[in-house]
Amino acid sequence: MRSNVLRHHLLTALLLGPATAWLVVFLVLPFVAIAVFSVGERAPEGGYQAAFTLAQYANLPARATAFWNTMVLAPAGALACLLVAYPVAYFLALRAPERWRLILLALVVIPFWTSLLMRTYAWMYVLGGRGIPALLATIGFDDVRLINTPGAVLLGIVYGYLPLMILPIYVSLERLDRRLLEASADLGATPLSTFLGVTLRLSLPGVMTGFSLVMILLLGEYLIPTLLGGGKVFFIGNALVDLFLQSRNWPFGSAIAITLVLVSVVVLIAANRISTRLSGARRVDLI
Amino acid sequence: MSKPYRDGLPISPEKFVDQLMRLKRGSIGRREFLGLTGLGIATAVMARELGIMPSPAIAQEGLGDRMSIATWPNYHDPATFENFKAETGVAVEVNVFGSNEEMLAKLQAGASGWSLFVPTNYTISTYKKLDIIEALDMAKLANFDGSQQDQRFTSEGTIDGVIYAVPKNWGTTGFAVNTKKLTKPMTSWKEFWDTAMAEGDGRTMVHDYQLTTIGNALKYFGFSFNSLKPDELAKAEELLLKVKPHLFAVSSDYQPSMRAGDAWMTMCWTNDGAQLHRDIPEIAYVLGKEGGEIWTDFYAIPKDAPNKPAGYALLNYLMDPKVAVKEHLANGAPSTDARVNALLPKEVLDNPILYPAAELLKPLEFGAAATLTDPGRAELMARFKSA
Repeated sequence: MRSNVLRHHLLTALLLGPATAWLVVFLVLPFVAIAVFSVGERAPEGGYQAAFTLAQYANLPARATAFWNTMVLAPAGALACLLVAYPVAYFLALRAPERWRLILLALVVIPFWTSLLMRTYAWMYVLGGRGIPALLATIGFDDVRLINTPGAVLLGIVYGYLPLMILPIYVSLERLDRRLLEASADLGATPLSTFLGVTLRLSLPGVMTGFSLVMILLLGEYLIPTLLGGGKVFFIGNALVDLFLQSRNWPFGSAIAITLVLVSVVVLIAANRISTRLSGARRVDLI
Repeated sequence: MSKPYRDGLPISPEKFVDQLMRLKRGSIGRREFLGLTGLGIATAVMARELGIMPSPAIAQEGLGDRMSIATWPNYHDPATFENFKAETGVAVEVNVFGSNEEMLAKLQAGASGWSLFVPTNYTISTYKKLDIIEALDMAKLANFDGSQQDQRFTSEGTIDGVIYAVPKNWGTTGFAVNTKKLTKPMTSWKEFWDTAMAEGDGRTMVHDYQLTTIGNALKYFGFSFNSLKPDELAKAEELLLKVKPHLFAVSSDYQPSMRAGDAWMTMCWTNDGAQLHRDIPEIAYVLGKEGGEIWTDFYAIPKDAPNKPAGYALLNYLMDPKVAVKEHLANGAPSTDARVNALLPKEVLDNPILYPAAELLKPLEFGAAATLTDPGRAELMARFKSA
């Protein structure tokens, strides 16, 4: 009896061990290092110098614009992504013929096998002067500029994160009990009110999962605004890159990183709460 | 590692569907699993990195089989590194940077992995102060001849009589204009900034680099390129914030946009100006008559270089005038070495982009070391970029 309990504990420890070690080494320790840096000072030539001060946190308003841009653009990007993704997921889960479904899903995922950097570079050429604008010039629209516009950034965001939005919505729609739709119709609901009252409602957990996934990634985004926005749209991720790679103000960068993590956690918790409430108090696990 | 010859070939539609259906049934082979998940490549790379499966290169004694260099965009003749590899067996990995700050940040953080890098004149004293660059062992650089160097450009590589860096080339920072799109002739930084807000609206690029972007904004008002005075910097900031909404991009990699015709005007370094003008004659290179930057890029070796022997070997190779001349022809920056100049064709030496008239050179300033570490300029740049 005892040895059984012991074996059970050992097994649990063995199963949890690798994940715990991974998290400690690659998440907890770096986080602690950054927390320590964030109460330090910038050395005269840049870098970190030991100290205990909250000056870096007091200086956060110096990056207020970057925080603001991120807080506006991350939800906006996630929303745009959602608007594109929902119809696709709906089609895949409820309308696509069974035998095509897997192939269509594969087509959604395949672009993810290439790095985001590569795909974003591809967009640079498509939107750049030798891409679409060159085609437009042949039909008489000269000097059209597509690259380095807010529209290009939005396009890049939607394109880059679309699969992350489609898949969770697809999963929640696929699990949908079709009999509920029939019941709704039998009880006299119009297709629209069935969609709003049943389909959309029951897929909300997937929507919220996709939304928070995309939103959290966007909170740390810096690649797409740099490459498709010409470095003119400044996310908090860009502020971080500059603080570490240009002005070498590691303590201030660390303070911003910590703040960003806290903000992300708050967003995650809020999203979880909202989706729990919206989907009728059903517990929802994010990610 | 042996590889089936089919690896890397495009898959036929039939085979793709076949494979997909097999995956759907849950059947997958080991090779497929590794291939599909990328684990195969990851394992192979790790095995190589960890030295479990060393690559069978015909390495020259003591040089290893690879090294890495940090340098600037479009700065070398790619053939140089190929030839170096053919001669020594050392493959050179090239890392490209947009600013000296970025290079310094990587070196300060440690484990950059570079065995050679290309810092600009005004940064060398800081590297020395931080004790992260090597005092060069000149015995290993037989191809370098200090007496042949133009002293105007080379002094900052030597600190207290010790050589820490040897020059690659010098150059200027001006601006490039597509004269088909912007037809009004321009000669000054004032015109650059004013045009950016008028005819050049949405088509102008500035560097993602505090030294030149702030410096050239300071020149609009006739202040020193290196100014650290708060009131002068405040005026430069005012101008930069006013121009910001009109810019095409804030980026130091401007050649692709200029070549594609997306950008019509950009801050520009000599070598890029020469390359752009060589390939697209309507792109002109202009030096602001108020002044601006003159610079020398050097080669230096980090103290923590993982492959110092190869770093020295490549540096010595690059100092060979016969090699250097090809570098200059490819990248278009003027040489500091009289032996190289003797080998360059006359039309290169007569090219006004490379060798501007004396009266244009006179007002130019070398970057000052203090700008590199000044927090005021760094914060100004951050405010400009986030505006």
